[in-house]
Amino acid sequence: MKQVPDWDIPPASFKVDEATKKVVPPPGVAAVASQFDEIAVEAAMRIKDADNSVKVTVISLGAPTAREVIKKGLAMGADEGVLISDDSLNNLDSSAVATVLSSAIKKLGDVDLVLTGRQAVDWDQGTTGTLIAGMIDAPVVTFAKAVAVNDGKVTVERVLPDATEKVEAPLPAVVTVSNELGEPRYPKLQQIMAAGKKPLQTWAAADLGLDAPALAPKLTLESLFVPVVDTKVEIMEGDTPEEQAMALARRLKEAKLI
Amino acid sequence: MPNGVLILAEVVDGEVVAITNELVGAAQRLGAGPVSAMLIGAGVEGAAAKVTGVEKTYVVDDAALAQYTTDGYVAAAAAIAQQADPAIILLGQTDMGRDLAPALASKLGTAVAMDTIAMEMNDGKLHTTRPAYGGNARAVNSFSTEPAIATVRPKSQDAIEGGAAGAVEKVSADMSGVRTNVVDRQEASAAGVRLEDASVVVSGGRGLGSPENFAGIEELAKVLGGAVGCSRAVADLGWRPVAEQVGLTGKVVSPTVYIAVAISGASQHMAGCSGSKNIIAINKDADANIFKAARFGIVGDFKTVMPALIDAIKKVKDEG
Repeated sequence: MKQVPDWDIPPASFKVDEATKKVVPPPGVAAVASQFDEIAVEAAMRIKDADNSVKVTVISLGAPTAREVIKKGLAMGADEGVLISDDSLNNLDSSAVATVLSSAIKKLGDVDLVLTGRQAVDWDQGTTGTLIAGMIDAPVVTFAKAVAVNDGKVTVERVLPDATEKVEAPLPAVVTVSNELGEPRYPKLQQIMAAGKKPLQTWAAADLGLDAPALAPKLTLESLFVPVVDTKVEIMEGDTPEEQAMALARRLKEAKLI
Repeated sequence: MPNGVLILAEVVDGEVVAITNELVGAAQRLGAGPVSAMLIGAGVEGAAAKVTGVEKTYVVDDAALAQYTTDGYVAAAAAIAQQADPAIILLGQTDMGRDLAPALASKLGTAVAMDTIAMEMNDGKLHTTRPAYGGNARAVNSFSTEPAIATVRPKSQDAIEGGAAGAVEKVSADMSGVRTNVVDRQEASAAGVRLEDASVVVSGGRGLGSPENFAGIEELAKVLGGAVGCSRAVADLGWRPVAEQVGLTGKVVSPTVYIAVAISGASQHMAGCSGSKNIIAINKDADANIFKAARFGIVGDFKTVMPALIDAIKKVKDEG
């Protein structure tokens, strides 16, 4: 699970510090769990609902505050959490992020299934799950709307724009989860209280045997900026909806858009 | 020494799809050496002659590639990359490209930048620009490893037109490591225009008040030969299928004309439609965010504006 700035803010309040190449969170806007990651936890909990012996671990790489998103996962029903956090792990590129997460998965050992969101809602890259799969040498199935585990294999319904596929892969496997899987469950107060008592470890880069060369960037962020929108809207005038509509139809025709 | 640009050609029913010509166009304009293509699948060799504007097309044609699997296609793409030794590999940000690109990067030990909307060579390195933070920001990345792998957003690049096909070189790839198996595939109904391919999209928001009021959205889409979209709130309420949701957690569309009806224009939604060439907003709130991104707008109630607009467009189209 990844902690991100709340993504549903009005676009006008979105600001970037171009010098540090970072987003400046608007005051009072909370950090939240990335939407698709909560759905990945939901997918894990549905597997646990079917077989209560399944153990679910929530991993997050980020600032110490990312503890809060792990607690959300624990409140949803996960069994334990691992926060990977230290100063040497800030500003990693996507390949280094996957290196850290796959090292943590190897350290946990005996992991049958890795579930991730189909993309994070800040960078929207959609590469982490697949990169992890390559690093732990597991098959990957992306864009799941249903995930089931049986007889040592995972069966995934993949949702694509023009088709739905059913794909099987042997465990261990990696599956990235899409929004079509459905809403993440909403923890009850009692579950939120119980989550505080569940084990939550913190690991640093050294705990994973990772040093600076292992995390060297392959992709460099050269700049981050807010694009200048030079659109000036032309509002259709008219005394009646019919006049406004006809004005629009004529403008669309002049602009060769219809 | 890696050299040139390798693009992933995509073929559907034996025909090269539009993104392929867009990738060739983008690769040629980079001026980063010879442009070649890779064509992967079962029974695809014949289509190699239809990939134009390239010096060479590398083909892996194998029965094991009849269905797309990440494992199978990455084995084929890696075998081609080894043979071609390109400095840059471009794929479309399509179903196939967005799945294959990170897997290929992982296999080749290099980096990938997704959903590129602009690119250039700078100091001998590929620089890509992509939307981030739900389209609110642009990120420019450069690569320090080769090959640089990037996916390119459909319709963001001008396609090449015409040109000659390149030489065809068959490459064999080891399919023994394929672990995933597609056991079933159901094509979505072919009725209407696919949202991602539509040149006109008409979307409705929660402001429509009820699922019945989508009748006007459907009719306007029909009159314009376009597809129907909706906001996340509408999909969450179950008024429309999730497949129609445009936005950060739905689909990203880039039509020529995007008509947003009773949609306020939250970040979530704009992330899915801000790449549209012309946004037209219909909303009764003159201060709605959507008007800031729109080229044309009508401030008014959809209940009276929509029927009038459908009539007006029919009338104007009839005038020829």
